Amino acid sequence: MSIHLHNIAKHFGTTQALEPINLDIHEGELVGLLGPSGSGKTTLLRIIAGLENADRTAQPSKILFGDRDVTNVHVRDRRIGFVFQHYALFRHMSVYDNVAFGLTVLSRKRRPSSGEIRARVFRLLEMVKLEHLANRYPAQLSGGQQQRVSLARALAVEPEVLLLDEPFGALDAKVRQELRRWLRHLHDEFNFTSVFVTHDQEEALELSDRVVVMSNGRIEQIDTPDELYREPKNRFVFEFLGDVNHLEGKVTNGVLTCGDAYWHVDLPDGHEELLLRPHEVRLTEQPTSESHLPVTITAISPVGAEVRVELEADWLAQPWLATVRHTDFEHLALRRGQRLFAHPRHWRRFPKAESKATEQSRVA
Amino acid sequence: MRRIGDAPLIRRLLIGAALVLSALFLLLPLVAIFAQAFSQGVMVFWSNVSNTFTLHAIGLTLMIALLTIPVCLVFGVALAWLVTRFSFPGRRILQTLIDIPFAVSPVVAGLIYLLLYGRNGWIGTWLDGHDIQLMFSWPGILMVTIFVTCPFVARELIPLMQAQGSREEEAAVTLGATGWTTFRRVTLPNIRWALLYGVILTNARAVGEFGAVSVVSGAIRGKTNTLPLHLEQLYQDYNAVGAFACAALLAFIALLTLAAKAGLEWRAARREAFA
Repeated sequence: MSIHLHNIAKHFGTTQALEPINLDIHEGELVGLLGPSGSGKTTLLRIIAGLENADRTAQPSKILFGDRDVTNVHVRDRRIGFVFQHYALFRHMSVYDNVAFGLTVLSRKRRPSSGEIRARVFRLLEMVKLEHLANRYPAQLSGGQQQRVSLARALAVEPEVLLLDEPFGALDAKVRQELRRWLRHLHDEFNFTSVFVTHDQEEALELSDRVVVMSNGRIEQIDTPDELYREPKNRFVFEFLGDVNHLEGKVTNGVLTCGDAYWHVDLPDGHEELLLRPHEVRLTEQPTSESHLPVTITAISPVGAEVRVELEADWLAQPWLATVRHTDFEHLALRRGQRLFAHPRHWRRFPKAESKATEQSRVA
Repeated sequence: MRRIGDAPLIRRLLIGAALVLSALFLLLPLVAIFAQAFSQGVMVFWSNVSNTFTLHAIGLTLMIALLTIPVCLVFGVALAWLVTRFSFPGRRILQTLIDIPFAVSPVVAGLIYLLLYGRNGWIGTWLDGHDIQLMFSWPGILMVTIFVTCPFVARELIPLMQAQGSREEEAAVTLGATGWTTFRRVTLPNIRWALLYGVILTNARAVGEFGAVSVVSGAIRGKTNTLPLHLEQLYQDYNAVGAFACAALLAFIALLTLAAKAGLEWRAARREAFA
């Protein structure tokens, strides 16, 4: 079931939580709404669900599920599944009763027989691998188990649209990773349309077919994770999707200077701020004719696939972060306090007036 | 190492003082009530209790309590629901207004009702024209009793419903439940113990209320006398045993209430430990 949102805006008192938004989500897609807190992502999800109403504005707003106009349809009749951040399981009901709830509240005509409900609930519990805990109460389950119950409960009514509000936000890293993979698997198998909210860029990029990046109630960019990471439309998206190093200085005759550091760049004269990712910083023992960016290592973290090195210098307002391959790390024999030279491999700039990014690669 | 304030002398002194004070001010009067009531034997006690006027007072008191409870129950749940599930201008003021019956002296409450609904009162004049008498009859007693007891249920529910939030109700609605089903199957089971506790407190207060009722009832023996009012009249008539017999009845109801409350608290504690 595809979802079309047209001119959706929302005020809470005097604060504008959402500026008028248009968004199309294709059938069978898994879309992540990504943004910092207060960006309006949860509000948007709750409006899709019908738990919040969009503002009544001069230009009418519209929400379509496929061809069905659900703008004025009550939550209970929208046929959605909603998964809450803190599970929102019915605390006085067993796991079984929680999952069965959506089926038992159906009108007598549409309600399956009790035997059929039982079979369906156990099929769902089997799917979330919790059939042995059917008689437990929510308080007796771990966070990850509770979230699986809440997913099974949402899926029991066979929704065409599954909405998840920070579904893994309250879980620890390992469980989160496992549940992510499992959700992706479930989504592919059942082929419903899913929208989930997250503030974790890694989660959004890993899980989504497309990511909607939001800030201050606006959509900043909608793209596949790959495009989003490689071609951010503006500075906010670039900075939100990962660590960023800033280099600010004055360009004269193609040389950017900043204190005692200088660097040849192909830019017109004027004040410039360049941005680069940690993996775009190369470290050497000698400066080159192209660049002279002396830095001192202040911290080294060898955990993970790459070594993270923190760099400081007089000419830097904020420390830089560089990632180095373990082999290079050993080769350069890096240690704290060591003085080196940084070479940008690749950088971007987002001039304030235009939103179009300029980027340049350099093989150094 | 010893904890602060845990010196044996201080500890014994404080515990001793607490015990002596409880015995003097709580236990002794309670024992005295029953001792006085039965001071001339069970037969005299029984004849006082089975007196027509006393029986009528008991009947009226129980009727008032039975009518008050459902009104306060519905009012309390509705108010708590309104205050915790919706946000609207004036919500905070409303939450403060709930406490008016606690803040105002019951006698003052009775007087206000008398001024409003009495024969020469603002509304009373109109009612009198239509031959409706509220004051000095049981509807008046019911009205002031409801006024005095209406905050109990809401006061119990509001903090609980605030802490529980509305997520479970939202979840129920997304699963297709109607408003009534959501209330019956999700909200009510979550608040039932607080609700019952509120009802117990409401009942205790409704049975024991003296000040407000004494102003509006007129205390006509066999007509508008509730048990506390009847008790006072007997005492004024130098019928000490009769007065204490009524007091013993009220004390007995109070003890039942306390037992029910303790039972509920024990249950709640066990549920929490279980969860």
